[in-house]
Amino acid sequence: MLKITDLVKRYGDGDPVLKNLDLTIEGESVVSIIGSSGAGKSTLLRCINRLVEPTSGSINLNGVELTNLRGRNLRAARRKIGMVFQGFNLVDRLTVMENVQSGRLGYISTWAAMTRRYPKEDIRRAFQLMERVGIAQYANTRADQLSGGERQRVGVVRALMQEPDILLADEPTASLDPKTSEQIMGLLRDLAGELKLPVLINIHNVTEAKEYTDRIVGMRYGRIIFDDKPDMLDQAAMDEIYAGSPHADRGKAGAT
Amino acid sequence: MSIERDTWTKPPFIANPALRWAVYLGVIAYFGWVGMNMPIDWERVSEGIGRAGKIFSGAFPPSFERSQLLIDGFLESLKIAVLATAGGVLLSIPIAFMAASNMAPRPIFYLGRAIIIIARSFHPVIVAILFVKAVGFGPFAGVLTLVVYSIGFVAKMLAERIEEIDFGQVEAMRAAGAPYLSTLIYAIFPQIIPRQIGLSIYQLDSNLRASAVVGLVGAGGIGATLANAFGRYDYDFALAITIVIVGVILLSEAISGIIRKRIQ
Amino acid sequence: MTSLSEQFGRDEWARFTLKQRMMRYAILLGCGLVIAWALTSIEVIWPWVWGAPEQIGDLFGRMYPPDPSNLASILAVLWDTVNIATFATAFAVLLSLPVAYISAQNTTPNRATLWLGRLILVTSRSVNTIIWALLFVAIFGPGVVAGIIAIMFRSIGFIGKLLGEAIEEIDKRPVEALEATGASRFKVILYAIVPQVMPTFWAVAILRWDINLRESTVLGLVGAGGIGIVLQGAIDTFNWPEVATILLAIIALVIIGEVISAFLRRRIL
Repeated sequence: MLKITDLVKRYGDGDPVLKNLDLTIEGESVVSIIGSSGAGKSTLLRCINRLVEPTSGSINLNGVELTNLRGRNLRAARRKIGMVFQGFNLVDRLTVMENVQSGRLGYISTWAAMTRRYPKEDIRRAFQLMERVGIAQYANTRADQLSGGERQRVGVVRALMQEPDILLADEPTASLDPKTSEQIMGLLRDLAGELKLPVLINIHNVTEAKEYTDRIVGMRYGRIIFDDKPDMLDQAAMDEIYAGSPHADRGKAGAT
Repeated sequence: MSIERDTWTKPPFIANPALRWAVYLGVIAYFGWVGMNMPIDWERVSEGIGRAGKIFSGAFPPSFERSQLLIDGFLESLKIAVLATAGGVLLSIPIAFMAASNMAPRPIFYLGRAIIIIARSFHPVIVAILFVKAVGFGPFAGVLTLVVYSIGFVAKMLAERIEEIDFGQVEAMRAAGAPYLSTLIYAIFPQIIPRQIGLSIYQLDSNLRASAVVGLVGAGGIGATLANAFGRYDYDFALAITIVIVGVILLSEAISGIIRKRIQ
Repeated sequence: MTSLSEQFGRDEWARFTLKQRMMRYAILLGCGLVIAWALTSIEVIWPWVWGAPEQIGDLFGRMYPPDPSNLASILAVLWDTVNIATFATAFAVLLSLPVAYISAQNTTPNRATLWLGRLILVTSRSVNTIIWALLFVAIFGPGVVAGIIAIMFRSIGFIGKLLGEAIEEIDKRPVEALEATGASRFKVILYAIVPQVMPTFWAVAILRWDINLRESTVLGLVGAGGIGIVLQGAIDTFNWPEVATILLAIIALVIIGEVISAFLRRRIL
């Protein structure tokens, strides 16, 4: 269970990007976060695995308080949080297998990482997951040889290799064409079911959010103003989420 | 899941295993064998630490007492660099035309390329020694050396630029009935002049660096001052000279960078 | 409706404005003055200058024909020269890795290490190989050790600077992704940074090896090993035909070095 309470993030002296935000994610539900650019979606996601330092508040994952972890403990907590990125963030010059295994870096020894001698069970799991998403034939291919959809599949498998307790996806389909992005969204939903994994997805595309997720969280200017089943997201709620400009409300605050 | 795979090895960089092992063994054998057989006098080398201590204690604090000598040496280096750049840049224009495959007939092209290759192959210090023997000690040998050095670089780059020029303009001029020289001035020079100016500034900077070095073998300038100081065990003066050289090089690098940026 | 020329108040054309032209003349004049200053004040014995073409021709005349009788020993020291360049490049490459790491803004641990890295780079790059050689011959005595260390010291700055810039220019997104997996700093470097700078690393190492071949031919002139010692010996004894052979050997070495480095560059990159 992920429980966020009273989370505030402020860049410099500006208005906070996240304002006393509360959010709880239970079970294996697929939750999407929608909102216009600058609403704070990306910052929220990055606060959870501490790629962005929260200013105050609490983030609790399965009983572990994440906001005050440092060093070794922070890394141990991050292993349990998988993340999928908009730009895939693969290492282009490494093979798909190395990219996938980099999800295990927190677990294996430095020597194994350096010599690329991965544990047998990790390799087995990698092949299973790659087969599941349809990229097993590319194990020895360099990541920059793949298409966008295939690259995002590598990104998903890398995150799943961590055996995470929760999967975060930051605009996972924004760099993909419509057909491929539907495939990736379907994949995320199906994998959440198969692996009993809660998934939190930032997404621009409201149609996809409605179709592929169990719950929609609408953010505006650092606050959650909608949180319900996709069916309840009507035009009035949409207008409220996407109305106005962030600057009107937030002043000179920083980027997401 | 059809087959359970639990082994994976990174595809090796050299696919052919025989070649791969040959390369590995070759590299190890080279470094091992050559490393063992190097003509090294370990006893003499091991004395080095003590000597280093002596040299450094002799070098600190750097002595700027004979600053007049330093300034004279440095000014001479500057003069050498200026004259060599002017001479080298002028000479490199005809040589570059000779060495451009789209300008010169074959035999002349080969001659031009040969001049460039020879000028580039020899380190300026080697050229300097020969010129010192031919024309005597002093800055003139230094100027000649750096002229050769400049030709090696400027003529090469310029020849490459000439080979890339847009022949449409040349043809347009010829079609308009322009004589050869006018074609050269109006169609070709405008295309290479900006590059030539950039190269000249770069080369002036390079020549200033090199002029500090050719002096070590008697070709004048600050290098000669440094070699003298070293030869007389005046390590504190040598350090002062080195500091000035480093400072001047950094300064000239910065200035040349700024000028080249403004030109482009 | 005003015409363009009325709008800009111009009805004549010149390539440059008056100010630009004056600027150009001023710069040309300045260059001319500097050259004139250098020409008139340089301490040169002019009769020697007028005699120079004859002297140089005479020198080359005495070199012909090249004397290959000592070719075997020349090739032996040429091999030493190659070894000096290769060993020095190998050591320099290894030593420049940590220097590049601390002098790249995005990987350096703190400001003190950043400045330390930059200080190492500037010192190494600004002092020429020959000057380094002079110092190390004084320390370690004449021989290959001084030569290897001199070339190494000069190369560290060159390789370290280019490699540091490559580290600063990497794509930061994979780094973020691997940090998010909970990988340690070292493993992030290993998987996200090293693969990205690998091509630059090889290109720079090969380029520097090529440069070092040339540099190592002159080390001997200050006593730091290699073919320069033989060259100096032949010059001091006025054995010009042998000097010619040595010069030809150096040209061959440099050309072969260029061919090899072009080949490696093609294969590796």
